[in-house]
Amino acid sequence: MKLRKSAAVAATVAVLALTATACGGSTGNAGDKPAGGAGGKDQPKLPTYTVASGVKLDSATLKRAQKAGKLVIGAKNDQPFLGFQDTDGKRSGFDIEIAKMVAADLGFKPDQIEFKTVDSNVRETTISKGEVDLYVGTYTINDERKKQVGFAGPYFMAGADLLVRSDEKGITGPDSLKGKTVCSIKGSTPLQEIKKPKYGAKTVELSKYSECVQQLLNNEVDAVTTDDAILKGYAAQRPTKLKVVGQPFTKEPYGVGMNKDDKALRDAVSNAIEAHEKNGDYKKAYDATLGLSKSAYTAPPALERY
Amino acid sequence: MNVLLDHLAEFREGFIGTVLLTLASGLLAMVLGVIIAGFRASPVPPLRFFGTAWVTLFRNTPLTVLFLVAWFVVPVIFMPGMSPWVKALIALACYTSAFVCEAVRSGISTVPLGQAEAARSIGMSFFQTLRLIILPQATRTVLPPLSSIFIALTKNSAIAGAFSVTELFGVQKLLSDQGFPIAWIFLWVALGYLVITFTISGLFRLLERRMGVAR
Amino acid sequence: MSSSVLYDAPGPKARVRNRIYTVAGSLAVLGLVAFTLYRMNAKGQLEPEVWNIFNNAGVRTSIRDGVLTTLKVFAVAGVLSLVLGLLLAVARLSEHKAVSWLATGFIELFRAIPLLITIYALWVLFLTYKSDLGVIGDNTAFWALVIGLTVYNGCVQAEVIRAGVNAVPRGQVEAAYAIGLRKSQVMTMLLLPQAVRSMLPTMISQLVVTLKDTSLGYIITYDELLFAARTMANNIIVNGENPITAVVIVVGAIYVALCLALAGLATWIEKRGRRAKTGIAVAAATEPALAEAAD
Repeated sequence: MKLRKSAAVAATVAVLALTATACGGSTGNAGDKPAGGAGGKDQPKLPTYTVASGVKLDSATLKRAQKAGKLVIGAKNDQPFLGFQDTDGKRSGFDIEIAKMVAADLGFKPDQIEFKTVDSNVRETTISKGEVDLYVGTYTINDERKKQVGFAGPYFMAGADLLVRSDEKGITGPDSLKGKTVCSIKGSTPLQEIKKPKYGAKTVELSKYSECVQQLLNNEVDAVTTDDAILKGYAAQRPTKLKVVGQPFTKEPYGVGMNKDDKALRDAVSNAIEAHEKNGDYKKAYDATLGLSKSAYTAPPALERY
Repeated sequence: MNVLLDHLAEFREGFIGTVLLTLASGLLAMVLGVIIAGFRASPVPPLRFFGTAWVTLFRNTPLTVLFLVAWFVVPVIFMPGMSPWVKALIALACYTSAFVCEAVRSGISTVPLGQAEAARSIGMSFFQTLRLIILPQATRTVLPPLSSIFIALTKNSAIAGAFSVTELFGVQKLLSDQGFPIAWIFLWVALGYLVITFTISGLFRLLERRMGVAR
Repeated sequence: MSSSVLYDAPGPKARVRNRIYTVAGSLAVLGLVAFTLYRMNAKGQLEPEVWNIFNNAGVRTSIRDGVLTTLKVFAVAGVLSLVLGLLLAVARLSEHKAVSWLATGFIELFRAIPLLITIYALWVLFLTYKSDLGVIGDNTAFWALVIGLTVYNGCVQAEVIRAGVNAVPRGQVEAAYAIGLRKSQVMTMLLLPQAVRSMLPTMISQLVVTLKDTSLGYIITYDELLFAARTMANNIIVNGENPITAVVIVVGAIYVALCLALAGLATWIEKRGRRAKTGIAVAAATEPALAEAAD
């Protein structure tokens, strides 16, 4: 009898939960303000880009995209001010702006871009198998990856850095980590570096950066380490509570990933990045996204064409 | 073959991590489980309610959710500053204790009521009845399910690997991320788990045989 | 509860004592609840804004999609695991030594390996041979999760069914052979129907485990309920904090409700089964399942 009653209660709860979730609700962002995009009155505005027309290139990828009428771009969805998707499905961030700039120069309007969330561990596979035409998502250019994908750029020079609480005074760089607890992602390169005995830091390894940030806010760890671009995003999300130390200890040049053999497209994307760096769009996009983290703007790295 | 030989240190560390975590959380789960079983059998309603709530909650929640609670809710609301290992221990122990409790409870309920009544009528105290009549018989019925519960616990400890605890599964993920062929890593890691689980089931079979003689 | 092995029926003194314990115990439980609420309030977890996120259309859609995805994985894996369980049980009971040994080896191997590891290995395997796999290659994460769940739970179901077959009285099988039924007929017409019928509650309890284990999809970034919950908890900011506590409470409640609904079904079937008078008794819903339900 008791069990039957609890089952009935359970069924009711389940039905209630389902109907409650099924029948809509207010729209707009969850929470009291946009959770990751640029906004507010006194904040820098995002630039708009002129869409090129009649683009002709000897590129299989581009011809296919032109025929389909849309450009498929892989991106991340969990890095605020870099590649972020809010609860309404709207994407925002510096990487997203770079994607829009490039797409505009290739002749695609913002509504002709189809963003696809692609996580780090399957990037090479998705790009080389043609699941996405371009990939813009904190993608470090290195020789190992060049065997499988082509890179345009770099459009940003990131480097492993440390994220700490705003009131932290003791941590000024990787050398002041002795006895401190540092959080990062299992198997990531900054973590391997920090683990070296010369730093004397304790480490905590989780599977998501955002969960590391949460640990930092809860005072469970003293610092989070990964690429400074990602960290700047989190600092921009909570400018009063978090800051980036600003002493990068590795070099991570970010590039736009695409098919390995499509040289025409690679050059076109590099040209697009160069043009927007020169006309000031690049800096505007930075100021309206990563720039909100109070870390200074640095000039983009020199392009590397091959 | 090379995957194992070249990374023997990692494999060994992961193996020891799994064994230690299983042992510690198994012990804690036993203690918690027996206490909660006592609550559930007690004549005091609020304790019974607490026991039932505990079991319902922990038995029907995915272990991963409990890990999230241990990592992100408990430190905020109750106790900050626990190490990742302690967090994993708490999540695993609470989860497993619900199953231990149910095993112990069903073990006790297999002892015929008449025996307890007889024991009380010849003047045994509550604890004498428990120690001499009920527990020896209940243990026999509880052993087989307990063996399965501990084997399950061993396997569940793999989830701790995603939460900053060194154990066997973490080794698999690490090496596979470095590009080693998955089949070989899988085989060696699986072997590690087989060793542990067969040890547990062997130990329990030994215990069962000993208890069996006592009949 | 008056007829417990542990306690006598209370006399007047014990009744007074029990009443005191009841009051003290109630106070303790209430105190615990109050303390939790107090701490939550102190940490700003009870602010209306924090809970208001569940009125947001995007959040609701994520939760609904998460529940539906979880149920989809559960449905496919549940059905496949039952089919695999039947096949493996029959194979293990086979009189051909080779077939029986093969089935036994398969069952013992996959029962001993953590499901998490099987799922992860399958996923990496599928990704490696993505282009050769057709349907599976298009949706690697889904199939890695479904097949991982199927293999593990199929092995457990096989053992449950085997126990059911062994419980059918020997005389029935002898009678069946005596009237000239073939081996396959004995299995399909006599043994399996009774085994499945008697073991149904246990099999459903194992399905509850399957449902809970769909949450292991997080390891291969499969977008089921728990994964959606983690994304929400990490991406939404209310009052400068992530609403992790609120999201975990709501999603945990959904899981508990789904599992209890399934468990309730098991109890109902057990009660119905008891009314029918056939060869073997219907197993109790919870106890035998305990052996395997722990993971």
